Amino acid sequence: MTKQKLVIIGAGMASGRVIEHLVETAPEAYDITLFNAEPRGNYNRIMLSPVLSGEKTYEEIVTHNGAFYAEHNVTCRFGERVVKIDRDLKVVEGENGHVPYDKLIFGTGSDPFMIPLPGHDLDGVIAYRDLEDTERMMALGPDNTCVVIGGGLLGLEAAAGMAARGVDVTVVHIMGHLMERQLDEAAGYLLKKSLEGKGIKIKLQANSKEILGEDGKVKALLLDDGTELPCDLLVMAVGIRPSVALAKEAGLAVGRGIHVDDQMMTSDENVFAVGECVEHDGALFGLVAPLYDQAKVLAQTLLGESAAFTPKVLSTKLKVTGCDLFSAGDFADGEGREDIVFRDPSRGVYKRLVIEGEKLIGAVMYGDTADGNWFFDKIKSGESIEEMRETLIFGPAYQGGATVDPLSAVAALPRDAEICGCNGICKGTIVDAIAGGATDLGAVRTTTKASGSCGTCTGLVEQLLQVTLGDTFQMPTAQPVCGCTDLSHEDVRRLIKSQELKSQPAVWQELGWTTPNGCHVCRPAVNFYLLADWPLEYQDDPQSRFVNERKHANIQKDGTFSVVPRMWGGITNPNELRAIADAADKYNVPTVKVTGGQRIDLLGVKSEDLPHIWADLNKAGLVSGHAYSKGLRTVKTCVGTDHCRFGTQDSTGLGIKLEKILWGSWTPHKVKLGVSGCPRNCAEATCKDIGVICVDSGYQIGIAGAAGMDVKETELLCQVPTEDECIDVIVAVTQAYRENAKYLDRIYKWVGKVGLDWVKETVVEDIENRRALVERFELSQSVYRKDPWAEHAREKAPSYAPLADLTPLAAE
Amino acid sequence: MNWIDIGHIEDVPVRGARLLKTPVGCIAVFRTAEAEVFAASNTCPHKHGPLVEGIVHGQKVTCPLHNWVFDLNTGEAQGADDGRIDTYPVRLDGDRILIDGNAVGQRSAA
Repeated sequence: MTKQKLVIIGAGMASGRVIEHLVETAPEAYDITLFNAEPRGNYNRIMLSPVLSGEKTYEEIVTHNGAFYAEHNVTCRFGERVVKIDRDLKVVEGENGHVPYDKLIFGTGSDPFMIPLPGHDLDGVIAYRDLEDTERMMALGPDNTCVVIGGGLLGLEAAAGMAARGVDVTVVHIMGHLMERQLDEAAGYLLKKSLEGKGIKIKLQANSKEILGEDGKVKALLLDDGTELPCDLLVMAVGIRPSVALAKEAGLAVGRGIHVDDQMMTSDENVFAVGECVEHDGALFGLVAPLYDQAKVLAQTLLGESAAFTPKVLSTKLKVTGCDLFSAGDFADGEGREDIVFRDPSRGVYKRLVIEGEKLIGAVMYGDTADGNWFFDKIKSGESIEEMRETLIFGPAYQGGATVDPLSAVAALPRDAEICGCNGICKGTIVDAIAGGATDLGAVRTTTKASGSCGTCTGLVEQLLQVTLGDTFQMPTAQPVCGCTDLSHEDVRRLIKSQELKSQPAVWQELGWTTPNGCHVCRPAVNFYLLADWPLEYQDDPQSRFVNERKHANIQKDGTFSVVPRMWGGITNPNELRAIADAADKYNVPTVKVTGGQRIDLLGVKSEDLPHIWADLNKAGLVSGHAYSKGLRTVKTCVGTDHCRFGTQDSTGLGIKLEKILWGSWTPHKVKLGVSGCPRNCAEATCKDIGVICVDSGYQIGIAGAAGMDVKETELLCQVPTEDECIDVIVAVTQAYRENAKYLDRIYKWVGKVGLDWVKETVVEDIENRRALVERFELSQSVYRKDPWAEHAREKAPSYAPLADLTPLAAE
Repeated sequence: MNWIDIGHIEDVPVRGARLLKTPVGCIAVFRTAEAEVFAASNTCPHKHGPLVEGIVHGQKVTCPLHNWVFDLNTGEAQGADDGRIDTYPVRLDGDRILIDGNAVGQRSAA
């Protein structure tokens, strides 16, 4: 059999792949002639962006060089345009002569779409399509400015590439968020943020009006709001159109692209088309994966094999270093569709899965795309995800068991998975350190710094030790919370945040509690973690609280209660004292005691009397002192500048302010404050959880004191000049404690674990973070800064009395 | 049996308890689930802690004073602790909680 003549028009990625298939499987089948208008052969066009940014050279992205064509007897007609096709004579007419064909392939690709703005034909207005365009951009440097119209994949790669060369780049995008075809709003937001971090300016919802020029050369882009963006180069990357002119002239069926069937055959049985120039079943193609599929089908068709092209779900990755995004499938909102969303704002991670029925149909990820291909497989296979629905978003590491097994999850993590967020330590680094002889937590900390800061990853590090060392490693400190779970407090806190668990049943279910609803050990802890992490979403559960916090009074050994009204900063007045005296008389309070926290304790009140004594005290303006809570207890003060000869600041006033801000907040354990007006320290501030010593130049804030089972002096956190800053630091440190500490760790224990340096970094040095902590505290206080006594006296009084009393009947 | 109505199910919070005064002493009425109730002596045999104030979990209660845990089915202390609380027949009739009057020293209402 003699060789048939195959002519290919266009040396793009698709046609290049066709050639490869043909010469590999049947080198004797065809004599190939390859036309290309560009004066070069096949190169990997999608790798132009790395060339632009300087990460690769053009030579590295050439797929077929002269040697390849020579070896496979491909006749190259590069830099030569095809003028006309005569289908009756089966001849292609090039600028330099005719070539007859038996089979013809259109691989003409696409043309960049140029918006016909006034000035679009000025010098310096280019598309981003080929090596010439890329070279124009590469010629720019730090002294140049450039405007890119189009915030899609190509436009952003162009912008990032030029920004990497120091060019001052502005991206103008008409839509409300970047890459709207591949990303949803949230991922678009994160992408914008990280591109802006690379110095790229981004204008959204911006309509271009006119391109301004000078001496025939581009000068600026004018927006319809009047903004003028100066530029030396203007890149239009707003889309592509299949290049169909030649096919149309040849009389082939053409819509938006060249019509092809499943075998890539056009309306002429001897003419085929492949790549971006085709329209298949109404669809156009711009990404490389379906192009390669088409190429394979076409090669098989040409060799007489039966093959059919079926479009598949596509996935996208952006080739911009440092912007890790992935999208696949369909992620538009719709009826019957369900979203699973995971966000970790501190790491800039966003993941969203779209589920329809039992199938995963779309995925958008930003910041952490390690599991992208796994999700993509699930989308492509269309398999039921029902079994793993609850843990699906955590990726393959969490699958394969009924409940979360932290060990297997850790074992499945890739080496570059970040374990310690504070110090940016990856799994690989830790595993290497362990292999290098760091065989316990302390050694890993010393060697790698992992878990040496905030400590929330301690559980993960220990799991890594166990996974790596096996039985030789004894889990030392990762004590489970209780018998209901194997997870430690740190694990539970981390998982509540990362899995966005917002109810106790969610925690029990998702974290595999072995009991139906916990026990007296875990329930109060989980209840606290949930209300601390989700103040608005989670409703405090009284039934998960120890009796004192449920009844807002301290139970005594005989089953009666003590009642301690709040005295702000230890200040009271005759009215309050009278009300307390009256209440003590009325309810036959056997013992009235002055406490160490500068207030008065009424001991021996019966349960059923509680709502009534509270109502009476409320009338005098007295509210709960929370003497029973894991929360703010008291702020002890001295009289400061009001009366004292030595006072340097208004310590009483500051104490009252602090108490009014902090009261009602729940904390991992009780919190007691002291404010002393001078270093003589009459308020004993240096053994409190948080203590302030006023000095002439400001306020010394100490934390982590103790005067209970342990006695310990506070450590100096910082000195600040103003009262406002003092309050902010104290609120921030309280919130950091609320968010990070293990339940029932006092501040000094917590600081012992995370280190004073970490607290300093978090609340003293990082002003932005301090502000965020204060904001989150205030958000929580919008719910909890209220008097529970008033609420209970008003709404829950009957619950303090017996359900029923059967004794009088019996006495009849 | 002499079933006596002692209250509405919603009077007792889920995983909570309420006190019932009877001729045989104070009894705690526990609601362990939406429609599941138990009744047992309110008094912990250890140091007389009020079990009605304890945390209710599964079909158990933990004494608020020193964390003794009792199974409400049997009244037996769990784990290493040794002791027992009396339990009493109690049931739900629709939304109403009924206790056996005979068992709590209550004469027949008839």
